Amino acid sequence: MGETFTALAYLAAAVLFILALRGLSHPETARRGNQLGIAGMAIAILTTALQPGMVLGGYGLIVLGVVIGGSVGAYIASRIRMTALPQLVAAFHSLVGLAAVFVAAAALYAPAAFGIGRPGDLHLESRIEMSIGLAIGAITFSGSVIAFSKLQALMSGAPISFPGQHKLNLGIAILILLLILGFVISGGGPAFFWLVALFAFALGFLIIIPIGGADMPVVISMLNSYSGWAAAGIGFTLGDLGLIVPGSLVGASGAILSYIMCKGMNRSIINVLLGGFGSEGGAAGPAGAADRTVKSGNADDAGFILKNAAKVIVVPGYGMAVAQAQHSLREMADTLKAQGVEVKYAIHPVAGRMPGHMNVLLAEANVPYDEVFALEEINNEFATADVAYVIGANDVTNPAAKTDAKSPIYGMPILEVEKAKTVLFVKRSMAPGYAGVENELFFRPNTMMLFGDAKKMTEEIVRALKA
Amino acid sequence: MNPQDIAKEAARLAGEAARLAQHAHALAAAHAPAAPPHPFTFLFATFVLACFVGYYVVWNVTPALHSPLMSLTNAISSVIIVGAMLAAGFSLSGLSSGFGFIAVTLASVNIFGGFLVTQRMLQMFRKKK
Repeated sequence: MGETFTALAYLAAAVLFILALRGLSHPETARRGNQLGIAGMAIAILTTALQPGMVLGGYGLIVLGVVIGGSVGAYIASRIRMTALPQLVAAFHSLVGLAAVFVAAAALYAPAAFGIGRPGDLHLESRIEMSIGLAIGAITFSGSVIAFSKLQALMSGAPISFPGQHKLNLGIAILILLLILGFVISGGGPAFFWLVALFAFALGFLIIIPIGGADMPVVISMLNSYSGWAAAGIGFTLGDLGLIVPGSLVGASGAILSYIMCKGMNRSIINVLLGGFGSEGGAAGPAGAADRTVKSGNADDAGFILKNAAKVIVVPGYGMAVAQAQHSLREMADTLKAQGVEVKYAIHPVAGRMPGHMNVLLAEANVPYDEVFALEEINNEFATADVAYVIGANDVTNPAAKTDAKSPIYGMPILEVEKAKTVLFVKRSMAPGYAGVENELFFRPNTMMLFGDAKKMTEEIVRALKA
Repeated sequence: MNPQDIAKEAARLAGEAARLAQHAHALAAAHAPAAPPHPFTFLFATFVLACFVGYYVVWNVTPALHSPLMSLTNAISSVIIVGAMLAAGFSLSGLSSGFGFIAVTLASVNIFGGFLVTQRMLQMFRKKK
């Protein structure tokens, strides 16, 4: 098995990974894309298995690891509920981070396996790259564990902040850089290595705890990006293109998703990372709001309005997912369509707890993907819609984002539901959304509030429609 | 000394010299660190180009498929298993094999889990009948 063959095989794997991502440009080609990704991974693994110098016991270890890990992964992935997707992805990110830490450690104790020197005498380049890969991997691991715990509600989703937090983080970051310097100068001392790992774990933990639950789409995207950079960093350490190319693809992908999510909230990544957003609670909002009149209705009123509409746009938010209302929502849409009403869905970029989460939940409820539209595709259609049915969303529909320069959500792109003839707003109470701001939409004359649980309310509307 | 003895002596010396040379070569090989497999500039150039490819390909991904994109890239980043396999497979030190084994296991969870959950998601995206 020559070096040339190995290099060509890794190149083939990289090309397959690129084609896999390319496949995701359309739902029709996406399944094929995923299969190409699997093929790429198979090639990378087989090529590695054929490297000269592998010993029999080594093969045993590899097969054992793949069987154990593979069964666990396959079991979890086949059982997971789609609402729990964000925490699953967060958990998977943590594993990549931890794997990067262990590969770096393996390279530290047996550098000859990777041709990067001898124990205690690593190449200068390898020492630098190893410590960077290690630090990113460790941050990815502990950061993802916190993101997972918040999403799984193992810990509160509320931001956790304390005085001097950012200074502490900065201090740890500088300490990590100094330790990396020590590691490099000492020729690769294990003590420095493990100290870098320890403080990077701490930093990952501290970076994520001040970030609130609804900012998780950004956090997950960012950790996605980190996991790619960690793989690329280890690729540099081992001088292995088979790791560098896929790692940078993933790193770029996560970075783009983070950017899209930040833009969807009109916030900078720095602002998100500094955290604490929305922690003031529901105190904000114009004074005297309680005195303003709100029109509220019941399921029969809503059914009547919907039945007489020609075009309905549904705006689902995270609250819909929490209430598990997607199936009854689709039933409502089916009933309306059977009565000749046109139904479309409008998805805000940051709806849900991870990018594209709402699309998956609707697809799971058998909503055809060609009825589901992104914000920029559908926003000018609200003016021609008879009804906007807002369910479990709030801040992303608040017109204050366009008009009130003092509002914390000012500048955020919103779904312009207020342009529809009637807005039906399903909500449990008048409580403000995540950003802690009152939604002035509630007080508009063309808004009817439907107070109640999203799922129950939608089911009642279905009954009213069928009556 | 007759010419035969001189020839014999010369042959012996030549043999010795050859052995010495070989020994020196082995010593040099053992002590001079071998050159890294690829020069850094080459790796870095590939890295930068791959970032650009990733950038343009990912912007083409439809927003509706951003969740599958994330789980797919997650599975792809588990290609780190390649490094883990080398560590476990060569079995050069017990510690290193152990770390390699753990990393192979962790990455496998991700590979199987990541591709499978992506496939599950994508199966749900159906067109209007």
